[in-house]
Amino acid sequence: MQKSLHIDPGKCTGCVQCELACSFENEGVFNTAKSRIKVFTFHQEGRFVPYTCTQCDEAWCMQACPVDAIVINAKTGSKDIIEDRCVGCKVCTIACPFGTVNYNQDTGKVIKCDLCGGDPACASACPTAAITYIDADTTGLDRMRAWAAKTDNTAQASA
Amino acid sequence: MNYVIVGAGPAGVIAAETLRRMDAGASIQLIGDEPEPPYSRMAIPYCLMGRVAEDGTYLRKSDRHFDGLNIEVINDRVLSVSAAAASVALGSGTTISYDRLLVATGSTPISPPIEGMDLPGVHPCWTLADYRNIAARADKGAKVVLMGAGFIGCIILEALAARGVDLTVVELENRMVPRMMNEASGGLIKRWCEQRGVRVLTSTRVEGITGGNPLAVSLSNGETLIANLVISATGVAPNTQFLEGSNVDIDPGILVNECLESSVANLFAAGDVAQGRDFSTGDYTIQAIQPTAVDHGRVAASNMTSGHEQLHRGSLNMNVLDTMGLVSTSFGAWEGVSGGESAELNAPDRFKYLNLQFHDDVLVGANTLGHINHIGVMRGLIQTGLHLGVWKDRLLDNPLCLMEAYVAATQGVGLTTKALD
Amino acid sequence: MAWTNKVLRVNLSEGTCKSEPLNTEWAQDYIGQRGLATRYMVEEVDATCDPLGPDNKLIFATGPLTGTMASTGGRYSVITKGPLTGAIACSNSGGFLGAELKSAGWDMVILEGKSDKPVYLYIENEEAQLLSADDLWGKSVWETDELLHKKHQDPQLRIAACGRSAETGCLYAGVVNDLHRAAGRSGVGTVMASKNLKALAVRGTRGVGNIKDPARFMETAREQKQVLADHPVTGEGLPTLGTQVLMNVINETGALPTRNMREVKFDGARKISGEQMLEVRKTDGRPNLTTNAACFGCTIACGRISTIDQGHFTVENKPQYWGNSGGLEYEAAWALGADTGVDDLDALTYANFLCNEDGFDPISFGSTVAAAMELFDIGAISTKETGGMEFNFGSAEALAWAAEKVATGEGFGADLALGSKRLCEKYGHPELSMTVKGQEFPAYDPRGIQGMGLTYATSNRGACHLRSYTVSSEILGIPEKTDPLVTDGKAGLVKAFQDVTAAWDSTGLCLFTSFAWSLENVAPHMDSACEGDWDADRLMETGERIWNLERDFNMRAGLTAADDTLPKRLLEEAANTGPAEGKVSGLAEMLPEYYKERGWRQDGNLSDETRERLRLPG
Repeated sequence: MQKSLHIDPGKCTGCVQCELACSFENEGVFNTAKSRIKVFTFHQEGRFVPYTCTQCDEAWCMQACPVDAIVINAKTGSKDIIEDRCVGCKVCTIACPFGTVNYNQDTGKVIKCDLCGGDPACASACPTAAITYIDADTTGLDRMRAWAAKTDNTAQASA
Repeated sequence: MNYVIVGAGPAGVIAAETLRRMDAGASIQLIGDEPEPPYSRMAIPYCLMGRVAEDGTYLRKSDRHFDGLNIEVINDRVLSVSAAAASVALGSGTTISYDRLLVATGSTPISPPIEGMDLPGVHPCWTLADYRNIAARADKGAKVVLMGAGFIGCIILEALAARGVDLTVVELENRMVPRMMNEASGGLIKRWCEQRGVRVLTSTRVEGITGGNPLAVSLSNGETLIANLVISATGVAPNTQFLEGSNVDIDPGILVNECLESSVANLFAAGDVAQGRDFSTGDYTIQAIQPTAVDHGRVAASNMTSGHEQLHRGSLNMNVLDTMGLVSTSFGAWEGVSGGESAELNAPDRFKYLNLQFHDDVLVGANTLGHINHIGVMRGLIQTGLHLGVWKDRLLDNPLCLMEAYVAATQGVGLTTKALD
Repeated sequence: MAWTNKVLRVNLSEGTCKSEPLNTEWAQDYIGQRGLATRYMVEEVDATCDPLGPDNKLIFATGPLTGTMASTGGRYSVITKGPLTGAIACSNSGGFLGAELKSAGWDMVILEGKSDKPVYLYIENEEAQLLSADDLWGKSVWETDELLHKKHQDPQLRIAACGRSAETGCLYAGVVNDLHRAAGRSGVGTVMASKNLKALAVRGTRGVGNIKDPARFMETAREQKQVLADHPVTGEGLPTLGTQVLMNVINETGALPTRNMREVKFDGARKISGEQMLEVRKTDGRPNLTTNAACFGCTIACGRISTIDQGHFTVENKPQYWGNSGGLEYEAAWALGADTGVDDLDALTYANFLCNEDGFDPISFGSTVAAAMELFDIGAISTKETGGMEFNFGSAEALAWAAEKVATGEGFGADLALGSKRLCEKYGHPELSMTVKGQEFPAYDPRGIQGMGLTYATSNRGACHLRSYTVSSEILGIPEKTDPLVTDGKAGLVKAFQDVTAAWDSTGLCLFTSFAWSLENVAPHMDSACEGDWDADRLMETGERIWNLERDFNMRAGLTAADDTLPKRLLEEAANTGPAEGKVSGLAEMLPEYYKERGWRQDGNLSDETRERLRLPG
């Protein structure tokens, strides 16, 4: 069974431990600006929403990449950036309708969530279980995926 | 089934792969007229700036990729198409017949009708062969004139600047990337480049080029520039010459329907050569961008296989550009729509710009400058036609909360009721 | 290591921003944040200077653990000479600004001189510039925050600003960051405004690295997070009820100062308690509390995010206050509520919002309003002085009105903005000011919690609970239970708490971790992250060094042993009810012993032996 990140915004306190863990795992420093997961604060509503790549089936980023620098991780199903191949053209950053591929100006490459290869640091660090890594079927990702599908440029004509 | 694809760029390669996925037993032939394996033109500037070697531009990295998929890659030039005979004639003299043909031949740079465009040291930056020619002359400190500051010109500009050349850009129109950015933001890109040592001459024309090395480039402002290298990026035209006499309707790209099929049965078109449907306007135009080529390749292939029909609802015209570290984007109807509303933040002294265009409570277009985080959501919002509800007003007041608006509307945090109806 | 080893020195008179290396020897002796910035103050500032003059300096300082993954590691402090007290002022804040500053590559920012015109300091990583704040001056903190985000088109920009109260001279104005976190006490915002500095706007994308032993540090952070999660206070009490968990507890103890400390129990306590904040309002079907919220890196998340009932008189027709914002913490709820006798939770929340919006300390403000109410009660002031408002104890209208007036410094608001001491002196009753060294008391009555009397009297920044929170021991039994009603042993207890706290406040961690952690839990964070060998003993000794350095600054500033005292009311008027009934503060019994424990002379100065033992600058 493939696993997915499950995010329950109702449990999030906005502590950004996830961002710290993510950046430390991926960049070797504590740097929320370089985190692959981002907590959005809704000040007026008093809500916090952690947000990252859902590893969507459409893989807009991967499709759009002109140099084959984004590949599917067979183990986790994540769409991973191969840094050596990325030329920094940023097409994936505009192609991803979720806005979860970002350009890192310091390296000239893009960054996105790769589920840490199957042990996501954000989920381990989350103190409130707002972020968990669980069986994909139970994550309720359908909602987001349904939305992702709406980005599709095509419509299936009924046969 | 016998599929023939002419053109080995992104649209052609994606189409070939899609065909193989949908039709395991078919014959698939992919014809390209350049000696290298299928590669990405848009990666050439990155090759020029040294981020990758030549093979870094290849669309697929494994030597065995196409063999492994049983896709026959043919290095040849298609001279003509006979729709009646359902065949294509190749430069080598052979003829290949097809059941379904995909034309994905892209485009070719067009030279302005001025003297000297054929001189040594005057090149487009279009093929890997061009890359080698440019790399040979674009040494640190070399004097380089870049003709054209459109999207392609600006990507090349970035690469040349990275090589440390002494660069002058000459653009006919009144600003850089006029078809991508509005005046406010286009003007900022120019100032940004100038502050970083690039000379940018807008509303200026190259009138002629003479000499050897160095070349003398005469301009409409009366000035003559000395150059070791002139790069022409003044526009491209779709490669349709070989379709003469084939009855395929052309204007100036190949006219296609929602299935990306041309006016001739069993002949499809995709990518920069095709006038596909535009998501924002519904018109059929050439977009000449990577994501659209991918869309086309995928959809055309699907429709080429029997028993499948997939309608192309239109690709969103969008671009992202990095001009010496200043990232700009455009999405959809960035110039606005009639009866729409817009929100703008302009900080010219900080090289930041943000412009959102709405129709009712739906985002329909955007221009940004200096923004790099989460920019894909603009595509998502535009293309899903998401109703922003109360967030539209918040965005009018503060367009910076775009990501919050998006997250609120799609994540069901109880902030808008119209998320996923 | 863990330090960025860089200090940003901003000369507001000259308009210059310069990078200089951190004094790493001092960092080994004073850690960071509170301690290290005080070391810089002692070196660079004449302690006798006018706090609001150009010779005073204002330091924004992070600790070595600020910006790291250590739980609560997002703190920064603002250190200066305080205008309310004339003593060293060090005010600590959470939110996200401190970590952002660190991520931009700076351990601290030293602001000196005074700008001719309003400016704000913009920091983007290595680049720092002073930019015109002409369009920000006269704006609230909240307006400033929005304008700066839009101006820089950066949603991630972190902003600290002073409000209109600071601009108009309120002596207890704070620095507010991230809309509702504040370096709130002692008037550090007043100093900021006196320099014509409106805000710091910070963006850091470099990150915090330079960790000595990253693997050990990560393991330590993980283990210690678990300790916090498993503790009833940090794992449950604070997340659920926030510091407001204390309102009913302290009231029951008979140590909840009420109506300007005339009484020690408040009959309306329940109505303004943390429990009440969870109750659904009959009027709009929502509770006051929407959610708890965390500061940077904090796994406790005690922050309160609240709304005001839209139909409440304070916000009728004012939709700008209908959304969520920073809600009541215990000290604020006490000062705005019990101390003024107001038991209207919405009115308290409104006043708290205004304190955040225009940057003034709710403790000092509430206590000052309480003093004004007592002045009004005894007839020392009337509606003539107040400008028409009846300042009766328990009047929610007066409280809300006062907050609006202090926010902008209008009318009687200008008197209230001076603080309780100056207000009471002005109207002829200095004895009614519940202050030490000019700073108002927090929410623990020294008659019912004897250790807090000594804490207030000897606090280096004037009356303050955060200099040695003996409540922890005397009420909560952490780390061990002591009897709140006795004075025996309290001198040593206060000294220990003061030293521990001084070290804690210098690391970048939040003091609230100390409910579950001791220095034994802090030390491994420091030791795995920082250059040098750090154990609890060294931290304790460093805390003592910091405490004495602060004391030394104060003595140089002209304070004397006579300032280590309490208002007469607490020394002479006995508690009228509850467990402490009949008791006054036993300060006189504790103070000499405390001086002895400290190694201070009878005149309150450090002895030479103490100075030498702690290697304090001469």
